[in-house]
Amino acid sequence: MLSLIIFIPLLAALGILLGAPARKTALGAAAAEFLLTLFTFLSYDKAKAGFQFLSSTPIAPEWNLNYLVGVDGLSVLMLLLTGIVTLAAIWVTPKIEKREPLYYACLLFITAGAAGAFASVDLFFLYAFHELALIPTFLLIGIWGSGERHTAAWKITIYLGLGSFILLIGLLDLYLAVPEALRTFNLIDLQKLATSGAIPAAAQTRPYIFLLIGFGILISLFPFHTWAPAAYASAPTPAAMLHAGVLKKFGLYGLMRVAIPLLPEGAKHWANLLLILLVGNIIYVGFATIAQKKLDLLLGYSSVMHMGYIFLGVAAMNTIGLSGAALLMFAHGLSIAALFAMAGMLRANRPQLALDSFGGLAKSMPALAFAFGLAAFASIGLPGFANFASEMTVFFGAYKPAAGLDASHFHLAVIFALWGVVISAVYMLRAYRAIFMGEPSKEAAAWPDPFKALRWPVILLLAVLLIAGFAPGKFLSLVQPTFDAVLPK
Amino acid sequence: MIPSLCLEITVLLLGILMLLVESFSRSDDKRGLAKMAIGILSALVGFSFFVDPASGNAFYAVDATAHFFKVLALLTTIVVLIMALEYSSVLAKYLPGVTPGAGLGEFYSLPVFTCAGLMFMASAVDFLLIFVSLELVTISFYILVAYMRRHTASLEAGVKYLILGALSTGFLVYGITWIFGLTGETNLAAIQHALATKAVATTPLLFGLMLLLTGLGFKVAAVPFQLWVPDVYQGAPTPITAFLSVGSKAAGFVVLLRVLQPFLGVPGVGVKVLAVLALMAALTMLYGNLAALPQDNFKRLLAYSSIGHAGYLLVAVASVSDTKATFGSAGVAVAFYLAGYLLMTLLSFLVLIVVARHSRGDDILHFNGLAKRSPFLAFALLTAMLSLAGVPFTAGFIGKFLVFAAAVQAGKFWLVAIGILTVAAGFYYYLRIVAAMYWQEPGDTTPIKIAPLTRTAIGALTFAVFVFGIFPQPILRQLKDPAFLPSTPVHAAHQSEHGD
Repeated sequence: MLSLIIFIPLLAALGILLGAPARKTALGAAAAEFLLTLFTFLSYDKAKAGFQFLSSTPIAPEWNLNYLVGVDGLSVLMLLLTGIVTLAAIWVTPKIEKREPLYYACLLFITAGAAGAFASVDLFFLYAFHELALIPTFLLIGIWGSGERHTAAWKITIYLGLGSFILLIGLLDLYLAVPEALRTFNLIDLQKLATSGAIPAAAQTRPYIFLLIGFGILISLFPFHTWAPAAYASAPTPAAMLHAGVLKKFGLYGLMRVAIPLLPEGAKHWANLLLILLVGNIIYVGFATIAQKKLDLLLGYSSVMHMGYIFLGVAAMNTIGLSGAALLMFAHGLSIAALFAMAGMLRANRPQLALDSFGGLAKSMPALAFAFGLAAFASIGLPGFANFASEMTVFFGAYKPAAGLDASHFHLAVIFALWGVVISAVYMLRAYRAIFMGEPSKEAAAWPDPFKALRWPVILLLAVLLIAGFAPGKFLSLVQPTFDAVLPK
Repeated sequence: MIPSLCLEITVLLLGILMLLVESFSRSDDKRGLAKMAIGILSALVGFSFFVDPASGNAFYAVDATAHFFKVLALLTTIVVLIMALEYSSVLAKYLPGVTPGAGLGEFYSLPVFTCAGLMFMASAVDFLLIFVSLELVTISFYILVAYMRRHTASLEAGVKYLILGALSTGFLVYGITWIFGLTGETNLAAIQHALATKAVATTPLLFGLMLLLTGLGFKVAAVPFQLWVPDVYQGAPTPITAFLSVGSKAAGFVVLLRVLQPFLGVPGVGVKVLAVLALMAALTMLYGNLAALPQDNFKRLLAYSSIGHAGYLLVAVASVSDTKATFGSAGVAVAFYLAGYLLMTLLSFLVLIVVARHSRGDDILHFNGLAKRSPFLAFALLTAMLSLAGVPFTAGFIGKFLVFAAAVQAGKFWLVAIGILTVAAGFYYYLRIVAAMYWQEPGDTTPIKIAPLTRTAIGALTFAVFVFGIFPQPILRQLKDPAFLPSTPVHAAHQSEHGD
């Protein structure tokens, strides 16, 4: 079944390239993807922790390399996110004037890459699947993007290509850190080895820093974040939704799945560095966000900034922090996708998305204004949305980090992070005021509300955010056993 | 079971037969010759799997490595002949001939001789055979590079290749002489035996080895012996450029691995040679990849990229260790990388020939909008570029994966760091082609027609790049425990001692 989740988008993409009707096929595949991930999510047995639905095909027995898929609490949540955002992204796609088949095929390739990475229980495929999304992104931004699209496409592709090669070196170093007879790419076996102490503490620092920087570039960790805002601003709406909502979470997922559990001593060694960088994400990028004058760049920067909170939960290395970070990944993916979707709707009237070119749209587009408000509140972290619940959990986790970490440094970081909430409120509310408040210009008063035609995808995203916000326990209890099992006692 | 030597003899006979037909045939159109050669060489690929493993001798090894590289040589030659067929109309313009199509026979038969040389080289474990087969390859290339007699660039390339090739041969022979003088042997296994048993002065040995590395460095286009590459690659007829960048590189590396083997275990020598190789690897990666960045001509870009790939291969060679590991073993990395490199490079050149003929030029801008003119060709070239850049699920990625695994295992992190930077540079210049094909609008919208044989070859190569990127197992199984010297070195050494 997990293989279906990976191969349905792939096959649909190939079908579209070979001449199947583009939008219908893509939408069908996205719906199937959503239903399958939802089904996996619901049928995952919480009582039994660990990986379920495992299936394996040998690829290279000499290296102990298998195509191995399976899900645990963390990956099932990420798969669900992939399914929801894919459906929403393909649904909101406007009419494509040129080369429609290639457009939808690229989107589906991104989905397949993300789903493959989240479902793989083998390091090699976890890495390889993520890279499947690299070239489609390059094409999507380069062909159908807006603004400085060529610069943005080059920047994201070279940055991510560089990041993934650093990551590859880290994974190889990790693979080779295990004694020769026991080497494997299988994450379950590696986890057992790590728990039993087969990876000596001294051998953990080097692979961890490679992994941190490699994954960090993919997540837009400060100061490697400059690719992200430009790329998201130029990318076509569905590509930005998929990339910011789902694909960027792969790096965080990798830290939670690979770097922290397998190399805990390495993580402790570099904890202070990570703290400094994540405060950079929250404060420095936060101020940069306030300075933005265009909605697409503002959303791009804000998505970089919010990575800081997730890093904070990861850095704490305890179950509370990591669970909060996992839920925050889910929540952030949904809220940023909803915001990008609505920014895309606004693009129809003002392609530049300059904040001062709008104003008073609450009158002409009340439904959009309402939905945008909800998504903005979610993004700031107001109670009722999953973002609030998960950010709180992250703060609790980070306030009392795992043994071996310096709590006072974490206290400092938490204080900075709390100020970050204020920063988010400043830029989100300013943007909201500039776009929706006041009196509309004559021209703007006549604009039709685009939300009516495209409401369902956004409603889907917001509804899941609210459900997870009112019942975060359901989601947290899903991921907690995963982290309990892998974190060092 | 057939004796292994039969393969080379058949190839040589085929070449001679083609020359005879070329001389005595009344027909002007010699394309049938190439098609015949393609058929026979393909059959030989099949026959090579039924070689008697005991048919080797002290000169000529019959092992998995030799078999692997022979198959590579045969496949390369087949694709080169397909390219030559596609290229014949361009070639005819630059040839003085009474009728169009005349004088092309040698263009089809010389690659067959090169192929024989490459195959001999794959088996050569004696300096004499290594030298003779290397010369068979090089001399046929001298003619092929300068084949377009009315094209000044081709002539210039021919002269450059001739002079520098001859010089490098000189270095090689001189190096062999020193090593022979020190050990009294030309057989590699015997040299290994002699080095292990006799006390040999290390300084002259190192001097001889450095001369040898200089000679081989020219063949594989490693910095600082790479200066001939861009002009020769750009000037030579495109099929020959492809042949040079794949065939001579593969042969150079198998010889390098075999030749290095005896010296690695010698105290005070092995470490130094590896250090020199590591330095060459670093410079080659940097030079090839950085110099490729500003190129606007696709053929020249591929020339620089080929230098860059020689750098990655040298990284693997420099990460050789005498401890034998099944994974991360540098030999596997080199062999797999070469196999992947062969597929993707030949694919790029095939597409280049087709596109260049229709767009009348081989600059990057001639690829603008190719995705609209021919989605098939654009996808094939996209595959080749991704593989060259090292994107997962392509053969090129597995190659880089193995190379970097070898380097990490050997603890050569400074090489790894340079490798990461150059890979990022590679992303830029390979994707420039992708950007031209997919982002830009075509200047000329006429669809491109492709000959059936070429179409089949392009399809097969594209498919193979993906298959070996997802299922590397068939190649890995062939390469399991690669030995670069015959498995019975003592026996061979004993024989030659007996001969003394």
